[in-house]
Amino acid sequence: MKQRRPVRRALSGITLLTAAALSLTACSSAGQAEKADVSLTDRGPISYVSSPDASGAAQQSIDAWNDTHPDEQVSWIELPLDADQQRQQMAQNAQVKGSTYTILNLDVVWTSEFAANRWITELPKDVIAIDDAIPATIAAASYRDTLYAAPYYTDGALLYSRTDLLTAAGVNSPPETWAQLEEACTAVLALPEAADMSCYAGQFDKNEGLTVNFSEAVNSANGSLFDAEGTPTVDTPEALTALNFLVDGFASGMIPQAAITYQEEQGRQAFQDGNLVFLRNWPYVYASFNATDGSSSVQSKFATSPIPGENGPGVSTLGGRNIAISSFAENKATALEFITFFTGRDQQSDRLELSSRAPVFSEFFADETVTERLPYLPDLLTSLEKAQPRPTVVNYGATTAAIQNEIYAALTGVKTPEAALADLQVALSDITSN
Amino acid sequence: MMTTTQIERQTTARRPQTVKVGDGRMAALLLSPTFLVLALVVAYPLLSAFRQSLYRSQSGLDDDGFVVTGDVFVGLGNYVNIFTGTEAGRFYNALWNTTFFTFTTVGLEVIIGVAFAVAMNRAFRGRALLRASILIPWAIPTAVSGLLWRWIFQADGVVNSITGVEVLWTAEGFAAQAAVIVAEVWKTAPFIGLLVLAGMQIIPGEIYEAAKLDGANAWRQFIGITLPLVRPALLVAVLFRMLDALRMFDLPFVLIGPRKSSVETLSILAWDESNQLNYGTASAFSIILLIYVAVIAYAFIKILGADIVEAKARRATPKKKATR
Amino acid sequence: MTDTLQRPRFSERMLPPDPVRKPRKRGWGAASLVLAITAISVYCLAPFFWMLVSSFRRTSDIFETTILPTTWSIESYRQALDGSSMFGRAMLNSLLVAGTTTVLALVFAIFASYTLARLNFRFKSAVLAIIIATSMFPGISVVVPLLQFFSDIGWINTYQSMIVPNLSFALPLAIWILTTFMRQIPVDLEQAAMIDGCTKWQAFRLVLLPLAAPGVFTTAILTFIQSWNEFIIALSMVNDPAVQTATVAVSKFTGATDFQSPYGVQMAAGVLVTIPLIIVVLLFQRRIVEGLTAGGTK
Repeated sequence: MKQRRPVRRALSGITLLTAAALSLTACSSAGQAEKADVSLTDRGPISYVSSPDASGAAQQSIDAWNDTHPDEQVSWIELPLDADQQRQQMAQNAQVKGSTYTILNLDVVWTSEFAANRWITELPKDVIAIDDAIPATIAAASYRDTLYAAPYYTDGALLYSRTDLLTAAGVNSPPETWAQLEEACTAVLALPEAADMSCYAGQFDKNEGLTVNFSEAVNSANGSLFDAEGTPTVDTPEALTALNFLVDGFASGMIPQAAITYQEEQGRQAFQDGNLVFLRNWPYVYASFNATDGSSSVQSKFATSPIPGENGPGVSTLGGRNIAISSFAENKATALEFITFFTGRDQQSDRLELSSRAPVFSEFFADETVTERLPYLPDLLTSLEKAQPRPTVVNYGATTAAIQNEIYAALTGVKTPEAALADLQVALSDITSN
Repeated sequence: MMTTTQIERQTTARRPQTVKVGDGRMAALLLSPTFLVLALVVAYPLLSAFRQSLYRSQSGLDDDGFVVTGDVFVGLGNYVNIFTGTEAGRFYNALWNTTFFTFTTVGLEVIIGVAFAVAMNRAFRGRALLRASILIPWAIPTAVSGLLWRWIFQADGVVNSITGVEVLWTAEGFAAQAAVIVAEVWKTAPFIGLLVLAGMQIIPGEIYEAAKLDGANAWRQFIGITLPLVRPALLVAVLFRMLDALRMFDLPFVLIGPRKSSVETLSILAWDESNQLNYGTASAFSIILLIYVAVIAYAFIKILGADIVEAKARRATPKKKATR
Repeated sequence: MTDTLQRPRFSERMLPPDPVRKPRKRGWGAASLVLAITAISVYCLAPFFWMLVSSFRRTSDIFETTILPTTWSIESYRQALDGSSMFGRAMLNSLLVAGTTTVLALVFAIFASYTLARLNFRFKSAVLAIIIATSMFPGISVVVPLLQFFSDIGWINTYQSMIVPNLSFALPLAIWILTTFMRQIPVDLEQAAMIDGCTKWQAFRLVLLPLAAPGVFTTAILTFIQSWNEFIIALSMVNDPAVQTATVAVSKFTGATDFQSPYGVQMAAGVLVTIPLIIVVLLFQRRIVEGLTAGGTK
C-alpha cells in the first residue's frame, strides 16, 4: 500500500516523457508520401558530396565552375575516406530526406540501389555525353535502361608481372590463361632467386575486394553471377571452375596463405617488396611500383597486362565512380549543368594532368601525351572494353555480403567449393526474390 | 542487525512525506538538467527504435524497378525472426562473441587496471611519467588505434616479424579473437586503472599506519584494506566497462573487419542490418542488445554491488537525524 | 566529532602523497615496484612507440618493421598540418566541444550526485537505474533519429549538436562515479562544518567537494577523453569543415588514391591529437587537485 502512490507518480512521469517522445516520432513521420521529383528545375547554390581527393583535381574543376557562376556556387562536402562511411552518410541523409546534399559521388556499385530507392534523380540522356564514354561505364551508371548518373572516372583490373623473373625463367610473354599462369609460376619459382617468393595474389580478405576477384574469375571462365533476367547463376560448372582456380591456388601454394588477409594495399606491399611474381590489382599501384626513391624493389622490373582467364584473356570487373543528383536536393537545374560541366571532355582532360584516375572517354586512352605518363592505359582499355559491371542488383549490400561469406568459407576450407556455391545460389536467390 | 535495518528502512521511507518534503523538490531541481539532456538525446531515439523494430520495410520492387515504399507493421515478427529465422545462428554466434569478449576483456582489464592503480599510487619517482604512459592508450582515438593494431597484427606486421611465426591474426578464428582482446584490453585497462586510483586516493593514510602497527604486510594490507575500500569505485568502473564492452563495435570492425563470424558482435550485426537498409531488424537488434545489457547489469549489481546503490546512503541518514 | 581540529587532518591525508617523501618500502619491494612500473610502461607505450615511429616513416615504406625508420621523414606531419585539411582548426573545435562537454557534465553530475548521495527522496535506485540505462543503448542506433531531430530544429553544423549528445554519453558514468565517491565520504564532516556555522552550500563547497576531488578529477579526464574521441555523431551532424572535430578531420585524410589509406598521416595525426592531451592532463591534474583540496585545508 505504502509503495503505491510514489509508483503511480513515477509512472505518470514516465508516461509524460513517453508521450512527448512519441509525439516527436509522430511529427517526424508526418511528412511522408512525397512524390519523386522528376523535373530538374531551380537554380542556386549547391553542394558536391564526395570522398576526399588528394590529387586536387576535383577542387580544380569546382574552382573553375565557381569562377564563372557567382550565384550558383558549388560547396564541397567532404566525406571520410572509408567507402562504407561515405555510403552510410549518404543513406542517412536520404533517410531523413535532407536537402544538404545535392550532388553525390557514388561508387559504381551503389548506383542501382540508390536509383531503386529513388534517392537519386533520373538524368536526361541527351545532356550527358554518353556516346563518347566507354559503354561499360554508361551501363554502370544506368538502372533498368534509365540513366541515373554520369560516369566520373573508371577503373579496371590489371595483371602485374615480374618481367625480370619471367625472362630469366624463359617465359616470354605475360600469361593470358590460368594454365599459362600456373606454368609460369612453376618455372619462375624454380629459379634460385625466387626461392622465398610466392606466385600470385589478388584481394581475398572478407571485403569488397573478394567480391571483385571472385566475379572476375567467374566472368573470366565464361560464367556469370546473374543472367540477363537477374537470376543468380553461381551453381554452374563455370562458376565452379572459377572458384576452384582460387581454392586450388591456395591449396597448391601458388597463392600464399597470407593472401587471405590481403586487401588492395597488403598485396601492393607484397609485390612491391619483391615477394610476388604476379599480382591482380587496380592501376593505382603502378606509381608505387615505379617509384624511384628506393621504396620499390620492383622498379623497372614489372609490366602490366590484362588479367588472365580460363581460355584466354580474362574479364575485369568495373570500378570507378558516378556522379548523381540527390532526389531531396534543391536547385537541380544548376546541379545538372554542373554535372555536364564536371564530367565533360574539357574537365576530364584538365584533370588528367593532376590525377591518375582513368578517364571515361575512350579517346584519352590512345592519346600519346597521356599514355606517356600513364603507360598502363592501353592495357586498361583492353580490360575495360570487356569489363562486366559487378552485379547490378538493388540490394547490393546483401549480395556482396553473401558472396563474401560463401567464397571466404571456401577459400579458408570451411566449406567445399561445391557446397559454398550451392549455398551462395540459395542466398542470392533469397536476396533477389524479395 | 536485521531489525535496525528494517527500522532504518521504515524511517527513511516514511520521512519524505513528513519532514523532508523540501528534499524531494530540491532533488528534482538538481536532477532536472541531467534528465533533460538524457531525454533529449536518448529517450527519443530509443522510443523511435522500439517503434521501428515493430515494422518491416516493404520488400520487393514494383514494375518500374523501384523499391516498394512504406513499412508494414509486423508486431514482434522481427524479433521472432531473429531468434528462430534462417539467420538465427548468426545472432546466437554474435551473442556468444559479445558475451565472450565482455567477460575476457573486462576480467583482464580488472587485473591489469588494479595493477596500474597500485603502481600509480605507490610510485614516487617517475609518477608523472607513469601516469602519462597509462593514459596514452585510452587517449588515442579509437579509429587511429584500431588502424594501428590492424597494422601491427597484419600478415607481415611487427608481431609476426618479432615472433618469427606467420599467424594470420586478421583472418578468422581464435587468433582474430585474441587480437581483438589484446587491443581492447590495452586500450581500456587504463580506464579501470584511473578510477581505482581515485578510489585509493580517498583512503585515509592512517588506516594503513594502524595496520602496519599491527604488523600487516603489504599483501595483507592490500587484501584487507585497499580492496574493500576501493570496492565501490572498482565496481562502478567494471559496470561501465561491461556496458561498453557489450556494445563493442569499432575495434573488431576496424581491426578484423565486418562479417567475420569469429569476432562479430551484436552491435556489428545491428550495423550490418542497417547498412543493408533493414532498419526494422537493425532496431530490433538494438532493443535486444539493450535488454541483454540491462539484464547483465542488473545481475551484476544484485550479485556484487548492491551497496553501490543502496547501503552507504542508508548509513548516512540516521546519523544525520541524530545531529538534528 | 565536533572539533574543528579534525578537519585539517582529515583533508591533509586526502592530499596526494608528498613527492619528496621517501618510499615506504625498500629492498626487494622497491625492486619489484620498479619492475612492475617498467612492465606497465612498456605494455602501454610499445604500441604508441610504433605509432610514433611509423609517423616518421616515408609514405612509401610505411609498412617497414624495423625498430627505427630507415629514412626519417616529416612528410606525414607536413601533410597532416597542411592548410587544406584544416587540422589545426579541427583540434580547436575538438577542444571546444570536449571542454564544454566536460565542464557541463561535471556541473550537472555534481548536482545530481550530491542529490543522490545526500538528499532524501523516493526512488533513488530508480533514478540511478534510469540514468545508467541510457548507457545501454548502442550508440550507432542513436544517430539517425538524432539527425532527423537536429535537422528539424536547425542544429546541423552547430557545436551544440555535438556537445549535447556527448553530454548524454558522459553523464551516466560521471554521476555514478561521483555518487559513489560522495557516499564514501562520511557525512559527519559536513555536519561538523555546519555546526561551525557553515551553510549547506559552504559545507558542500569547502568540505565535501575537496574530499571528492580525486573522483572529480578522474571523471573530468574520462569525460574529456571520451568526448574528444567521439566520431560518428560529429561526422553525421556536421558537414562544415569550419566546425568539424579532429577525429572527423582524421577520417578525411587521403592517400595518393582511394585505395591507399593514409597510414602515415593518420599516425601523425594520432600523435598530434594525443600528445597535447597528455600534457594538458599532466599540467592540470596537480592544479585541479590542489585547487579543490585547498578549500578544505583552510
